[in-house]
Amino acid sequence: MPEKIAEIEQEIIDEFEFLPDWMDKYEHIIDLGKNLPLIDEARKTKENIIKGCQSQVWLYAELDDNETLAFTADSDAIITKGIIALMIRVLNHQKPEDILNADMGFIDEIGLKEHLSPTRSNGLVSMVKQMKMYALAYQAKLKQNG
Amino acid sequence: MSNLEAKVVLENEAIRDEFPILTREVNGHKLVYLDNAASSQKPKVVLDAILNYYRFDHSNVHRGVHFLSQLATEKYESAREKLRDFINAKSTKEVLFTKGTTEGINLVSYGLSRSLLKSGDEILISEMEHHSNIVPWQIAAADSGAKLVVVKVLEDGTLCMDDFREKLTNKTKLVSIVHISNTLGTINPVKEITKLAHEKGALVMIDGAQSAPHQKVDVQSIDCDFYVLSGHKMYGPTGSGILYGKEDVLNSMPPYQAGGEMIKNVSFEETTYNELPFKFEAGTPNIEAGIGLAAAVDFMEKIGFEKLTRIEQELVAYAHERLSEVEGIRFIGTAPDKASVVSFVVDGIHPTDIGTIIDKLGIAVRTGHHCTQPLMDKFGLPGTVRASFAVYNTFEEIDLLTDAVKRAVKMLK
Repeated sequence: MPEKIAEIEQEIIDEFEFLPDWMDKYEHIIDLGKNLPLIDEARKTKENIIKGCQSQVWLYAELDDNETLAFTADSDAIITKGIIALMIRVLNHQKPEDILNADMGFIDEIGLKEHLSPTRSNGLVSMVKQMKMYALAYQAKLKQNG
Repeated sequence: MSNLEAKVVLENEAIRDEFPILTREVNGHKLVYLDNAASSQKPKVVLDAILNYYRFDHSNVHRGVHFLSQLATEKYESAREKLRDFINAKSTKEVLFTKGTTEGINLVSYGLSRSLLKSGDEILISEMEHHSNIVPWQIAAADSGAKLVVVKVLEDGTLCMDDFREKLTNKTKLVSIVHISNTLGTINPVKEITKLAHEKGALVMIDGAQSAPHQKVDVQSIDCDFYVLSGHKMYGPTGSGILYGKEDVLNSMPPYQAGGEMIKNVSFEETTYNELPFKFEAGTPNIEAGIGLAAAVDFMEKIGFEKLTRIEQELVAYAHERLSEVEGIRFIGTAPDKASVVSFVVDGIHPTDIGTIIDKLGIAVRTGHHCTQPLMDKFGLPGTVRASFAVYNTFEEIDLLTDAVKRAVKMLK
């Protein structure tokens, strides 16, 4: 079982607190971007795109054996990849219900939004929304099957 | 330091003192403002002109008999005269205040789609146009049944004049071309374009948003029918701008917006319109913007275009030289005639990532498609990083930009 969402969020908050300035924090985000679970090339379709103003993001989710969600994603910009990697780290392999209830308070706590341009900040909101949309869809599907 | 560099530093110090914002810090670093093609900063004379206008002179213009109304009118109309002289228009009737280039283009496209343009006519623009010189013409074309025809841009960012000559036909009723490209810095041969278009009987509009801040504009010498510019890109306030139009052409167009000021007589049966330029200036104008823009013109003329253009050309050349040191850099827009803009990409790195990192080092550049999506699509790019210069920028700032880009590239690779 993965850790609880709140625990992962706290880990991230601790990590970012340890990094003294935003150049270091960005360096960390870029590293995370390099380790993003990549979306299957065949799934880089129009339907799976979250279109921001300046960079493209593809996101996909499927149910794994434990009835939790497995997210994959990609972007043409590495910092964007890092940001979505952070979101996936928190919500990956969690139950749809827990994803829907996640408050994602760590985003404000680490000051991510205020350090992003407004377009990127809007993009971040769209990413989280899209992840929750997937959770909602799969929750409905599970209920139907169950 | 070479003699040339030393001279530039001295000139720049005096100019920089005029801009209070340039002393501020951003993200713990000294601000390096290289986003002037988006909007330039404002000198003290412009700030003072706006403040003093509200402190001492404000009232509505063209209306009252009282002292302040007359004073405000006098100031506003002398600002118009200042702008007339700035672009060398024949008469102030040909100088309309707008909120900027976008409004100027929309005013003309609206007017022409309801007068000159008919089904089967063609409107000629180019691949390097800003969205604001594309979309209004798409709407005008849809409204009038005219067709939009697009002139090609060559690989180095030069306008393809052969393609222009080919696409310019007897069907062409209007040519609307940018004077200096905001993305590439290309300076287009607007005088030649105008001459060729007039030979075919077409009207010509020149988008001067990026030229008016950097070089002397003479509308009579170009002989264009319309010329538009934005005050905020030439040290003036946002919401200020000019549409120049030849008197007879403006007279042939219907009004753009209706309301007070643009009328002569109103009755429920019939309304007659005011004379130029007021026919196109409905409602209370942005008085402070007009007055602030005139102060910006004073600022530029005090420096003089010879010096202003020279300083900026030196900055562009130095930026090309220094940035060439960045591994994997590719300049987008290398036309022989270019001004004020250095646009680039770095292999394997998204422009936005570079912009984000160097912002943390206090450097303001623009990243993205610069409102020229068709041009980016043509070059197969998601966007570029664009450093754009004003007269207050320095060689030292270009050194800081280069170091910052190198650092960003190292992090992002």
